[in-house]
Amino acid sequence: MKPIYVDNNATTQVAPEVVDEMLPYFSQFYGNPSSMHTFGGNVAMKIKEARAKVAELLGAQPEEIVFTSCGTESDSTAIWAALRGNPERRHLITSKVEHPAVKNLAEYLSRHGYRVTFVPVDGKGNLDIDYLYDHLSDDTALVSLMWANNETGVIFPVEEIAAKAHARGIVFHTDAVQAVGKIPISLANNRVDMLSLSGHKLHAPKGVGTLYVRRGTKFAPFLLGGHQERGRRGGTENVASIIGLGKAAEMAADHMAEENQKVQALRDKLENELLARIPNAMVNGDRENRLPNTTSIAFEFVEGEAILLLMDEFNICASSGSACTSGSLEPSHVLRAMDVPFTSAHGSIRFSLSVYNTEAEIDLIIDKLPPIIERLRKMSPFWSQSSAACKVAG
Amino acid sequence: MWEYTDKVKEHFINPRNVGEIENPDGVGEVGSLACGDALKLTLKVDENNRILDAKFKTFGCASAIASSSALTEMVIGKTIEEARQITNEHIAEYLGGLPKEKMHCSVMGHEALEKAIACFLEEPEKKPEGNLVCECFGVTDVQIEKAITEHTLKSIEEITNYIKAGGGCGNCHEKIQEIIDEVTGSHHDKPPKPKRLTNIEKIKLIQETLDREIKPALKQDGGDIQLVDVDGDRVLVKLTGTCASCAMSQITLKDYVESKLKELVTNTLVVEEVSA
Repeated sequence: MKPIYVDNNATTQVAPEVVDEMLPYFSQFYGNPSSMHTFGGNVAMKIKEARAKVAELLGAQPEEIVFTSCGTESDSTAIWAALRGNPERRHLITSKVEHPAVKNLAEYLSRHGYRVTFVPVDGKGNLDIDYLYDHLSDDTALVSLMWANNETGVIFPVEEIAAKAHARGIVFHTDAVQAVGKIPISLANNRVDMLSLSGHKLHAPKGVGTLYVRRGTKFAPFLLGGHQERGRRGGTENVASIIGLGKAAEMAADHMAEENQKVQALRDKLENELLARIPNAMVNGDRENRLPNTTSIAFEFVEGEAILLLMDEFNICASSGSACTSGSLEPSHVLRAMDVPFTSAHGSIRFSLSVYNTEAEIDLIIDKLPPIIERLRKMSPFWSQSSAACKVAG
Repeated sequence: MWEYTDKVKEHFINPRNVGEIENPDGVGEVGSLACGDALKLTLKVDENNRILDAKFKTFGCASAIASSSALTEMVIGKTIEEARQITNEHIAEYLGGLPKEKMHCSVMGHEALEKAIACFLEEPEKKPEGNLVCECFGVTDVQIEKAITEHTLKSIEEITNYIKAGGGCGNCHEKIQEIIDEVTGSHHDKPPKPKRLTNIEKIKLIQETLDREIKPALKQDGGDIQLVDVDGDRVLVKLTGTCASCAMSQITLKDYVESKLKELVTNTLVVEEVSA
């Protein structure tokens, strides 16, 4: 049975067109792009094409594109480069709702000699910009903010903040892993210095990412080695995946507007129908300011993992806003930062759609989920008024 | 995805004895919405102290529901005395085991049973003894000590898995570690800082400080450090492991290693790295 896959912020299906583009570069054209011979040189040409396509999607120049192995590598590279490029500055600013790729590194830095400001968000997940501006100082080396949140889809005004940071000589990095391919980005028209993206979030394979580095930005490689990526990232290129990412970027650039219209319509239908059919359900995050494909819905008095596993019985793949699945018992740091009440934070489910979702799939979720929630609520001691209580005084 | 046994999955998908007994003879409630799981157990007991029926209502993950369901099956038909012998390990065993991160679900079942029995026997409610350590989940030092001894727990993570303490904001991790150190006896007093050191004393103390304080901290990040030489107040060290390739190694060296040695040995020391 084909899964009903609404977990596209976790990873996406590799587009068939992308696979077709990649396949010859495994066993047919397997040359090393750094080789002197034509066989390898032809591969280098294909990488050049891919670089141009990724640059095109971002509104950047091809030489500003550095291919990496993943979003996390891009984030780490950017943050280390900014700090090493400004060794006299010992402060960085990020938000309370970053992906672990940035959050855990920022926490590490705070234990190793850096001051780190974690900017709070409000109840809708929007950034407290005044708080951020109040904390910019001459000691600040870097501001690193996600463009869009992976759990709620809420979008941060990174371009405005980038301009402000840039004016004070502060490097601005954005983890745009969830934003690229879903909202238009034009780096030629803003002051973002570095931007991370990950291939597998936009229908390219896992294991390839990109770090955009604006021309003129101080840079130090994270992986030292060969001259690949103009000395900015050593290591033989992940040729087939880079070519795949190029194709995926081209497709995203060509179809973004049209696809997002379709995806957003499905997302809105899913969200509205679930809210209409299930009492005590609410959306986490600002509905007016978020990615078109994402909705995080809180179902009060039930627990996320139980919902996910019952949906799994119907092969519906979503994800829990609760961090129960990652071993921690508290709700996710994102929902906690938003002060989502405990009554609903534990029962939050993220649905993230893609162009491959169909209306029939959405209808099936709308059909199957209400009874699941009802069933779990019947089991929950918090749902119905309960009469039984121990008569013994404490 | 959790690796649940088939029995856990089966009890989760088809839970037994869901609901609430009317006019129950014993009620046990544990957990809260904030905790992320909660269980209400109701018992019907006959005149011979035999449990005729048991029902549960649970808010929580799959293993919390399965543990509750298993618990009701285990107690029905048993006498109160027999039911009292059931431990959380028995519940986990009944289900063919639980992932270690989910052991607290069986603990919750056991606690609800204890409370329901105490309620039936009209025993006064046991107030948790001791001082509150984990504010997120309301766990006291006495409960943590008990868990460490009963289940031979060695780390904060293990304690979180069993009784949830430390699983929230993390502010109490230091306190929990102190309790672990006390109970397991690995606590060590910091040596008083000697005022004047001979060269040999100094080298010895530097080596001891590196071994006791600094190496374990670096190893958490996959790094290590070796003492190469001590020349007056210059401490020459070699960084290895991930520290050797880490872009932050100079910061580690100055901000962490040097300040630690200054604090614990003598405040005139300067740490320098020698290349491998």
